[in-house]
Amino acid sequence: MDFPDTLIPARDAIREGRISSRQLTRHVLDRIESLNGRLNAFNSVWADRAMQVAAQVDEGRIGGPLAGVPIAIKDNLCTAFGTTTCSSKMLRQFRSPYDATVVRKLESAGAVIVGKTNLDEFAMGSSTENSAFGPTLNPWDPARVPGGSSGGSAAALAAGMCCGAVGSDTGGSIRQPAALCGVVGLKPTYGRVSRYGLVAYASSLDQIGPFGWTVADAALLLGVMAGHDPKDSTSVSEPVPDYVADLDRPVEGLRIGLPREYQLAGGIDARVKSAVEAAVGRYQQLGAEVVEVSLPHTEYGIAAYYVIAPCEASSNLARYDGVHFGHRTSERVRDIIELFSRSRAEGFGAEVQRRIMIGTYALSSGYYDAYYLRALKVRALIRRDFDEAFKRCDVILCPTSPTPAFRVGEKTGDPLQMYLVDVFTVTCNIAALPGISIPCGFTDDPRPLPIGLQLIGPTFSEQKLLRIARMYEAATDWHRRRPAELVGD
Amino acid sequence: MPGPTISEQQVRHVARLARLAIDEGRMPVLTAQLQSILQYIAKISQADVSGVEPMAHALPIHNVLREDAVEPALPLEQVLQNAPQTDGPFFKVPKVIGGEEDSAG
Repeated sequence: MDFPDTLIPARDAIREGRISSRQLTRHVLDRIESLNGRLNAFNSVWADRAMQVAAQVDEGRIGGPLAGVPIAIKDNLCTAFGTTTCSSKMLRQFRSPYDATVVRKLESAGAVIVGKTNLDEFAMGSSTENSAFGPTLNPWDPARVPGGSSGGSAAALAAGMCCGAVGSDTGGSIRQPAALCGVVGLKPTYGRVSRYGLVAYASSLDQIGPFGWTVADAALLLGVMAGHDPKDSTSVSEPVPDYVADLDRPVEGLRIGLPREYQLAGGIDARVKSAVEAAVGRYQQLGAEVVEVSLPHTEYGIAAYYVIAPCEASSNLARYDGVHFGHRTSERVRDIIELFSRSRAEGFGAEVQRRIMIGTYALSSGYYDAYYLRALKVRALIRRDFDEAFKRCDVILCPTSPTPAFRVGEKTGDPLQMYLVDVFTVTCNIAALPGISIPCGFTDDPRPLPIGLQLIGPTFSEQKLLRIARMYEAATDWHRRRPAELVGD
Repeated sequence: MPGPTISEQQVRHVARLARLAIDEGRMPVLTAQLQSILQYIAKISQADVSGVEPMAHALPIHNVLREDAVEPALPLEQVLQNAPQTDGPFFKVPKVIGGEEDSAG
């Protein structure tokens, strides 16, 4: 039997009775069974529960826009079932007493959650190598990383171990793995999706978003997850449009902005550069006008990000104290300070500790003004750059990642090198803007590696951003490519 | 431009503030890594921020208030279900005060 691996066709096949949700869910669980040992995309798989939900869909007891479709969610989203580990030894056995709002919304829409995916510990990283449970590998080439931090979600989708996936994006953690795994990934405007039940990394930057094989799949998932939530005071009450309905209508008089500073940026792989240039050409053929814009504070983006995010992280992660929940040291301790300090040193991995240290340093007495306060001012300048640029264009186009997937271990020795891969993605989070990554080409390696194109729009422009992404997708075939079948173990 | 420098002694101080018991053996590598990160982020000192208001949030979000009504809270057993050690309705911790050595400073 042939099963659709994309979300909307799968949903329609179930709806029209061509397949049952149980058949599709069983098929996906079998793929997980055969491939996950190799790729390590899932931290936990909830097969029995998934089959029960699928049965309820088949019996007509659950309906909705995602009815019966297998979905994978990042393991930093709280679920009242199973564990929520954040790929950290600290939370290895943590059982959340409640569901994240997005989990509620997905299940109310009929989604079958098959499992929770691997990530860089507490979402800190760009390769999914910083996981206490081992790295996730890229289905296109298992010698390479899937990107991160939502690498497990991107790899699970690319390997056919779900039909859609959910991740979180603080500095590129949805878009970069989407690019490296050849799928679509969207980071919504800050406040578009409730963060209630998302384990906090950097609260003013974190946002939950979808992965799909197609722009339409990402649009459907976004529509299910978006909206105001009384439990997240930073979620906004902006109405949620039907992101799918209008998708095929091209944007008339489209103006695409190419930032001068991005073209001057060094370190961009030649194959990425030419794929993105070809995409610009394709948009021109589709009638778009290309305008040069300037984002003069681009060069400060990563530096500002690696001040703001660690500062917020050092505060958010103060809650892991070995007392209320999470890992506690089994060493004999003299007092409570030693209990905190040993539990935290044992429970957190190296990258999480580095970011806590950077944040603590930057917020400590005498340094606050030079680092945190200054970074917040740079943040205002970066936002202002975008506001100016969007007076002249509808969308900004650039690579998602400066390179295709890099080799496992290639950047783990040098944390700063790992930070620099976020050059095109962090500014979206700093400025609260929505950004989408879509496939725009492949390398000619024996195992071809996907290349991602990023489109950035003004706040709450998701509907238009998705339509612009769809224009390119409709004119190309990249989204139909699949990785060569891997032999499981 | 030479960036900021951080000494092992400062790293120990920050680790104490962050409540991280870092092994002495890791200190040289960690100090070097933090040094290179700090030098990179010092780049923000080059930006001209005169007259710019800091932006804590990129959206104009203000205080959000709700009705001061009692709503159900988590039951006690769920609050305690992930605690490493409990004693009845309490979280259990080692003795906090009156130890041999006061290291709470």
